[in-house]
Amino acid sequence: MEILKHIGSNRVLISDGAWGTFLQKKGLQPGECPELWNITHRKDVRDIAESYIMAGADMIETNSFGGSRFKLEKFGLADRVAELNRAAAEISREAAGSGKWVLGSVGPTGQLLLMDEVTREELYDAFREQAVALEAGGADAIMVETMTDLEEAVIAVKAARDYTRIPVFCTMTFDRLVTGDYRTMMGISPQEMVGPLLDAGASVIGANCGNGIEGMVAIVREIRTVHREVPVLVHANAGMPVYRDGETVFPESPEDMAIHLNALVEAGANIIGGCCGTTPGHIACLRKTLNRE
Amino acid sequence: MTVLLQKLSECIEFGKVNKAAPYPPDRRGMDGADEITQQLISEGVDPQRILTEGLMPGMERTGIKFRENKIFVPQVLMSAKAMNTAMVHLKPFFLSGAARQKGTFIIGTVEGDLHDIGKNLVSMMVEGNGWKVVDLGVDIKAEKFIAALREHPGAVVGLSALLTTTMMNMERITKAIKAELPATVVVVGGAPVTASFCGQIGADGYARDPQGLVEFLNNLL
Repeated sequence: MEILKHIGSNRVLISDGAWGTFLQKKGLQPGECPELWNITHRKDVRDIAESYIMAGADMIETNSFGGSRFKLEKFGLADRVAELNRAAAEISREAAGSGKWVLGSVGPTGQLLLMDEVTREELYDAFREQAVALEAGGADAIMVETMTDLEEAVIAVKAARDYTRIPVFCTMTFDRLVTGDYRTMMGISPQEMVGPLLDAGASVIGANCGNGIEGMVAIVREIRTVHREVPVLVHANAGMPVYRDGETVFPESPEDMAIHLNALVEAGANIIGGCCGTTPGHIACLRKTLNRE
Repeated sequence: MTVLLQKLSECIEFGKVNKAAPYPPDRRGMDGADEITQQLISEGVDPQRILTEGLMPGMERTGIKFRENKIFVPQVLMSAKAMNTAMVHLKPFFLSGAARQKGTFIIGTVEGDLHDIGKNLVSMMVEGNGWKVVDLGVDIKAEKFIAALREHPGAVVGLSALLTTTMMNMERITKAIKAELPATVVVVGGAPVTASFCGQIGADGYARDPQGLVEFLNNLL
C-alpha cells in the first residue's frame, strides 16, 4: 500500500514513539549494540513494534537507527549491515500487519565530512547499503532522521532514492538557541533544510528529537513559511530530560503532550509521533485526542 | 610582530589552516596558522607569547561566539583545525619546558557512550586556551580515568556523555575517582547534563558550553 497516497492535507497520521529509551527499559545495556537485538532479542523488539500498533499508530519505525556500517563498526558488526537491517524491517513489518506502514530508520553515521573523517562516496555507499536492506525486509519508506549536517542528510536521501523504490522521509534535529531561533548543531535552520532535501528527492520532511512538542510547533511554522505543500513529519521528545532520584526522566506525560497536538496540526504537521521518552501511552493519547478533534 | 600575533589569532578565530586551505573563502591565498606560527618561531618570538597572544585570544573569540550561537560546530572545528596546525610547531617547546601550559585536563566520554563530537570540541577549546589535554577517547571506565590521574597527578578530569542513559555512568565514575583520589576536581558536560545533575552526583563543575568550561578551569588557577 503506497504510503504517500494517504498523506495529505485533509488527514493527520499518527506515527510511533521512542525505540531507544524503550529498548533500555527492556534491558538493553549502555555499550550494547541495539541493532543486534533484532537477532538476539527478536521478541523484545517485536513487542515494542506491536505496542505502538496497539496504541493506534498508523506507522511504526524499525530498530535500525544505528544500522549503518559506521555505527555497527564500533561493535565489530560492520559486516552484518544487510542482515541486521533486513531483520529490523521484517520485525516491524510482521508487527504492523497490513494497513499500517513501516518506516525504515536510518540515523547519522557520526562521521564528519568537514573533518575529512569520511568521504561523500563512503557515506553514500553506507546509506545505500542500509536502505536497500530495509526495503528488502519490507519497509514502506526510508526514514532518515536525527540529522544535523545538511550535506550528510542530502547524501542519505539521495542514496535511498537512487537504490530503492520506496519513498524517502527525512527529519533533522533542531535545538532552541539563546535567541529563540532553531538550528541544528551544525547551524542549519528549518527553512534552510527544505530546498536541499526536496531536491535530493525527499517526499516528507520534518523534525525529530531535540525538543518537546511545543518547540516543534515553531519549527513546523518555520518550514511552512517556505513550503506550503510538502508533507511534514514530527517526532517530538516527551519534553527535555531531567534527572530525578538517580534516573533520567522525560517529564511530559501523554496528556501534557496531547495538549499541543492541535497547535501542531494547525502549524501544518501531517504526521505526528514521538521520540525520546515517549511511550505507547503517549501515542495512544495522541490518537485519542486526534480522533476527538 | 604584534601584528603577526594578531594575524595568527584571526587565523584561529576564522579557521584559516594554511595558505593552501580554501576555507574561509575570503582568506583564500593568504597565509594561515601554519605559516604564521612558523614565521613567528623563526623570528625568535617566545613560544609562550605565541600561545597566549596568538592562539588563546583567537580560540577565546571562537568560544564566545559559539556560546552566543553566532557560530556553530563546523566553524569551531575549523578553528580547532587551525589551532592544531599551530600546536604542531609549539609542541617541542612544551616538551622541552621552554613554554608552559596551564595545567593538565584529562577528558573522556563515559563508559557505554561512543559519541565523541562534543568531547572533541571541548578538548580543542581547552587546549587552545593553554592547557595540556589528555584525551582518553570514548567508552572510558572509571579505572582508566584513575590510571590517567595517577600518571598526571593533580589533573582536572572532564566526563562527557550524549545519552540520558550513559549520563548515569557519570555518577559511578565520579564516585570511584573521588574514593581513590579525593582531591580531584571532576567536571561534567554533554547535551543531557545540567548543573543540578552535576550537584546531585557530587561532581565539582558543570558548563553548558566549552567556553564555560575554559572559564571554570582558569578560575582554578
